[in-house]
Amino acid sequence: MAEIKESFFSAEGLEKRLNGKKFWKTMMTEYWIPKDINFLWAMGVVLATTFMILIVSGIFLLMYYKPDTALAFDSVNYTIMQDVAYGWLFRHMHGVAASVIFLIIYIHMFTGIYYGSYKKGREMIWISGMLLFVTFSAAGFSGYMLPWGQMSYWAAAVITNLFAGGSLEAYGLVEWIRGGFAVGDATLTRFFMLHVFLLPIVIIKLIVVHFYTLRIPHVNNQSAEDIDYDAEAEKYLAGNKKESKVIPFWPVFLSKDFAVLGLFFIFYFYLVFFNYNFAMDPVNFDPANPMVTPAHIYPEWYFLWSYETLRGPFFDMFGMKAGDIGLMIFGLAQGIFVVFPFLDRDPDILPAHKRPKFFIWFWLLIIDLLVLSIYGKLPPTGANAWVGFYATAAFLLLWASLPFITKSDAKARGAL
Amino acid sequence: MSKETNRRDFLGMSFAAVAAVGGGYSLVGMKQAWDPLPSVLAAGFTTIDLAKAELKPGIPKTFTWRGKPIFVLEKTSKMENWDGDLIIGDKRYTVVVGLCTHLGCIPAWKTDVWKCACHGGEFNPNGQQTFGPPPKPFVVPPFSVSGTVLTLGEEGEQSKAMMTARA
Repeated sequence: MAEIKESFFSAEGLEKRLNGKKFWKTMMTEYWIPKDINFLWAMGVVLATTFMILIVSGIFLLMYYKPDTALAFDSVNYTIMQDVAYGWLFRHMHGVAASVIFLIIYIHMFTGIYYGSYKKGREMIWISGMLLFVTFSAAGFSGYMLPWGQMSYWAAAVITNLFAGGSLEAYGLVEWIRGGFAVGDATLTRFFMLHVFLLPIVIIKLIVVHFYTLRIPHVNNQSAEDIDYDAEAEKYLAGNKKESKVIPFWPVFLSKDFAVLGLFFIFYFYLVFFNYNFAMDPVNFDPANPMVTPAHIYPEWYFLWSYETLRGPFFDMFGMKAGDIGLMIFGLAQGIFVVFPFLDRDPDILPAHKRPKFFIWFWLLIIDLLVLSIYGKLPPTGANAWVGFYATAAFLLLWASLPFITKSDAKARGAL
Repeated sequence: MSKETNRRDFLGMSFAAVAAVGGGYSLVGMKQAWDPLPSVLAAGFTTIDLAKAELKPGIPKTFTWRGKPIFVLEKTSKMENWDGDLIIGDKRYTVVVGLCTHLGCIPAWKTDVWKCACHGGEFNPNGQQTFGPPPKPFVVPPFSVSGTVLTLGEEGEQSKAMMTARA
């Protein structure tokens, strides 16, 4: 170490010790982003900010929340909602942000799929992003249990029951997860720990990994052009800002992000103040009661599509029980997006509108996910069950056809 | 160990061994910390004395066992006899876990049938599914019988036989 003579209590001395300018340059002013992007590229910053809102509002809720089956419901619905100054605001901010963050995650994900931002060097970005999705899902599920209302209880009962492997009596895994024979106090406390400590820590770490994996292959762009970042950065730094295909992350890229962020916040706080009810199921304002099932149990909107793949196969097929087939498809639905980069057999990175068959595949997948989501909320009886069945079958077919469709696009282009 | 193994390799491998053993035991400990507590396991046994339960024939009564509802129905003479019945003396009973085998809702008794409000499933007094989405009859809880007393949570001959009749 070179000895530093400048005083600790001077700007120069601190700079000598921490090398902040170099750090700022690497992370901000010389982190290059392509120019050819649109507002969809702002979703990363929107997500990071929404996550911050969740942490801050969560801290305020944490100070009055009590993770005990006897106290939890009142600590939320009485203490926080009525006694704590602005407690209602923190709860609505937390609930609405938890719901909206999934909307943005889905937009972020499908932007990546549309523009091919998951392949040929960007696989790790995609995989770390999908791990974030799974962790956020776990955080959403564990958080939903905490108010200890009827929907909290029964969502927890139904979802932990998935681990019973189809039989309602299998002793083992499900009891281990619950810490008891039924969802109870031990379950609430351990999911509280997961929700306020372990999962947020994992999410923060994964966000760092996600940003890091992006650094080397750089951000994709609208035409998926392969940019020589060193050459373009040189142009920019030499003053040819117009000619250069890149801009610095700060202040240029972020200024536009902040504009999008502003619009997002208006939308978000509109929901928080005037339309928070969509994130506050009325059934959950009845205290949890293990001896009374709500007439109809459904998950939050962002889990509906995968929930419907669980219910889709409602009759025995191929010598297997309907429930077991549903469980297998449900498991597949959770994991299949992770391997997207490896199912896409097209060697080129191109936006979907330049890959004719993939373009159709993309929109069919979106439509199918919407259908699954809508029917995941409806009771699975009569015609609904059949729509769910065919939408689930379509989901499987779409994934099975992905390698062939992408290969066929590449062949037509002459790339294969 | 080969000749090239030096002190540093030895230290590395020793540490790996210590870490593997320690890590393994830690995982076992952590797994056990998540197990149901002894008090929870001990509370997993419920006794029902059929002679003192004040059952009315034809009207089921609900008991709680391990956080689950247990339906006990003393059958009337009009209800059909079935291999899956619990027979004590001259009385026949249906003893089942009161959770719909479709998605786990709790069905309600309507005159002579259990109806599930969630998705319309129906079960006859034997606990067999007769309508709607339930894939199988109500599950029989494990229990042992001594005299007129059922001990839920303890597998016995009768509950095994009742389970077999439903398979």
